[in-house]
Amino acid sequence: MLGLESYRLVADMNRLLALLFHQGVLDEQFLQLQQLQDESSPNFVSEVVNIYFNESEKLLRNLRTLLMDREQWEYKRVGVHLNQLIGSSSSIGANRIRNVCVALRAASEQNNRLGCLRALDVLEHEYCYLKNKLHEFFHIEQQRVLAAGIRYPNPMQQQQQ
Amino acid sequence: MTVEETRASSGNDFDDFPKGMRVLAVDDDPTCLKLLEGLLRKCQYHVTLANQARIALNMLRENRNRFDLIISDVHMPDMDGFKLLELVGLEMDLPVIMLSANSDPKLVMKGITHGACDYLVKPVRVEELRNIWQHVVRKKVDPKSRDKSNSSYDRDQQGSEGGQGPAVTGNVDQDGKSSRKRKDDEEEDEENDQDDVDPSAQKKPRVVWSIELHRKFVAAVNQLGLEKAVPKRILDLMNVDGLTRENVASHLQKYRLYLKRISTAASQQANMVAALGGKDASYLRMGSLDGYGDYRTLTGSGRLPGTGLSSYAPSGMLGRLNSPAGVSLRGLASPTIIQPNLAQSLSNPAFGKFQTIGSQAHQNPNFFQGIPSSLELDQFQQTKSTTQVGDFSAIDSHRSFSAATNSFADTRAAVNSSNLLGTGPSNPLLLQGNTQQIQNGLGFVNQSSVNVPSLTSDSFNVGTSGSSNIMDDGRGQEWPFQVSKFSSNPLPLNEPFNTAQMPPNSMIYNSSSSSIHIQNSPMQFPSNSTISAPIEDSRGEHQGGLVGNFVQNVNQLPNQRFRQHKQDYTNNSNNAFSALSTLSNSNGGTTPFSQTVDQDNGGYNRRVNGSVSSIMQHGETEKSPMNMKMRSTDGYILDQTKSHGGLVPNNYDSLDDIMNAVMKRVQTF
Repeated sequence: MLGLESYRLVADMNRLLALLFHQGVLDEQFLQLQQLQDESSPNFVSEVVNIYFNESEKLLRNLRTLLMDREQWEYKRVGVHLNQLIGSSSSIGANRIRNVCVALRAASEQNNRLGCLRALDVLEHEYCYLKNKLHEFFHIEQQRVLAAGIRYPNPMQQQQQ
Repeated sequence: MTVEETRASSGNDFDDFPKGMRVLAVDDDPTCLKLLEGLLRKCQYHVTLANQARIALNMLRENRNRFDLIISDVHMPDMDGFKLLELVGLEMDLPVIMLSANSDPKLVMKGITHGACDYLVKPVRVEELRNIWQHVVRKKVDPKSRDKSNSSYDRDQQGSEGGQGPAVTGNVDQDGKSSRKRKDDEEEDEENDQDDVDPSAQKKPRVVWSIELHRKFVAAVNQLGLEKAVPKRILDLMNVDGLTRENVASHLQKYRLYLKRISTAASQQANMVAALGGKDASYLRMGSLDGYGDYRTLTGSGRLPGTGLSSYAPSGMLGRLNSPAGVSLRGLASPTIIQPNLAQSLSNPAFGKFQTIGSQAHQNPNFFQGIPSSLELDQFQQTKSTTQVGDFSAIDSHRSFSAATNSFADTRAAVNSSNLLGTGPSNPLLLQGNTQQIQNGLGFVNQSSVNVPSLTSDSFNVGTSGSSNIMDDGRGQEWPFQVSKFSSNPLPLNEPFNTAQMPPNSMIYNSSSSSIHIQNSPMQFPSNSTISAPIEDSRGEHQGGLVGNFVQNVNQLPNQRFRQHKQDYTNNSNNAFSALSTLSNSNGGTTPFSQTVDQDNGGYNRRVNGSVSSIMQHGETEKSPMNMKMRSTDGYILDQTKSHGGLVPNNYDSLDDIMNAVMKRVQTF
């Protein structure tokens, strides 16, 4: 039964991932990330993603501050932040976030203030969505690991079975 | 900062290669850094991480044999990735792979011209990393092949030089690392590590120019005056044990190249400061490391296999460029062959032989003329020259090498020659720069494009075919690379350079480069500005010098101003210029702009006068000084040669070096 539980969790994870892929939220880079996870680095994906979330939140906050500034836009800094966000998002496989960042960068290069603010809103929304989904993903993953762990030979279990 | 030590020992004999290859990953983004770590581990490499360029540099400087390969991000807060690239290439000669989220071809070009072995775009996949070991192998294999061809030549040179200069005791390296004097010595690195070669031996250990040593050097140069700075006198002034005249000579060449390079990027004010003798200050202002780094970059630590002239910045960069690209080099091989011969005829062991410069100076025009093929090709085909001009201007801003360039009929050539002939001090550097350009075609170190006049023509030829295309695309062949590279390079430096040195040609180059940049995204404004500056100046006349000045000025301008300037310049009477300005105004449409620039540049190159350089010196605003001072004279190159006759010797020195470098390069091919 516990084994079934584990399979069910795996199925849930896959379903979630399939949804995210289908929506374009994630792309194949995320699969690359998963391939890097093995026995020597069992939590690789979650580590990387957590670093990404931490950094991105800082960047998004900075972007919000910079773009909300009424007077003068610091293009360079916006560009720098965006560049980093684009880089890390694409490294994670956060496809939609990356695309919105690119649009935001284009808008800022064109001095399109309104476009920038709109893009920033979308960006924040996408970020929240991704964060929620990935948290959910990792949560299921944790449960699966626990469930899988229970399948290991256990004197108590063996006696029960 | 996360730095993980690797277990790799320095003795990596590639038995298990590429497993265990020691990679240093540098990226300020922790996400990407972590990902890189995972990817590299997956490829079974030894990974060391650094999230700051300085940390990486320190690690490398501690022991360059600790790593086989470096992967570095382009955009980093503490240091530009390209700068790190140059420094690593210059000091350690390790293969460097650039990494960026930005796949802009201009950045890629910039990376290549700075000597990157490869340019990866994020997100990086494991498949891409599985192949990076090839760069390590290539670096090891190539220098060895070059070494053979260079060693004999180098030996000759060394022998003759050894007789002249002070006794070279060999290892001057303060850090204890193996020191190499010449670029072509790089391959000897493994061989000569333990050698304390004496002067007459073929390969002298390289001198590592520490900050302190370089400070002394700069002080000595300033004391003597940049034009009058002769290695022997500098050496005496510096009063450093174990330093040979050859060391100083090569370093002087690099320094001149460096100054040239930054002069184009420097603001007018900076130029004025520099002109007033604030060279040292401005140079130091950059940040000793930066300036130093740039300076070193200029010299291109002996990458160039055949050159044997350490001062050849191009060689260094060429070496780098060779490994990844080699295409342009190949194409240049034939044309460059001509020059090497000339070079040889021109100079004897050119190293540090300023005395012979005079004679060489005379030969210079002949030299250029003697290169019919290059000349023909170089016919100021405007399209071509434009691109090149742009490049050169950036580099040569302070040189009046236009004279030399004229002979090439190639904008580039003009720039180069002007550089060579013009400002004495920078000449050697310029020559080297040109050599590289020609050889690499790619975007050699900024200086390089300027320096090798003859090479330029060749490369120009090579690049011309491509350049016209490039202009259209804003990228593509060698010239565009150089241009873009050039534009962006000077910007970071922003060193107040002695404008006097900026040759008119360089201005042209600047414009061309800027034209290319203009097409770039706004983010690339600095480069654009550089370009626009020259263009606008050139309006008045086809004066390359203007370009250079302009570039400098422009660099300082914000994007918007830049565009305005461009528009302002449309009023220029000069058709060519107007065309240029029009082009520039037309939103930097790459094609039109570049074409105009090319045409103008062609004219510029021919006309570049010393006046241009003077303009540069004054650091006036783009419009006024340039236009007025620019005079278009067909024989300006020759004139320049004369005017810079005094400086010519220096140029020739570098010219010889360049020639040698080219020759060697050719041999390599």
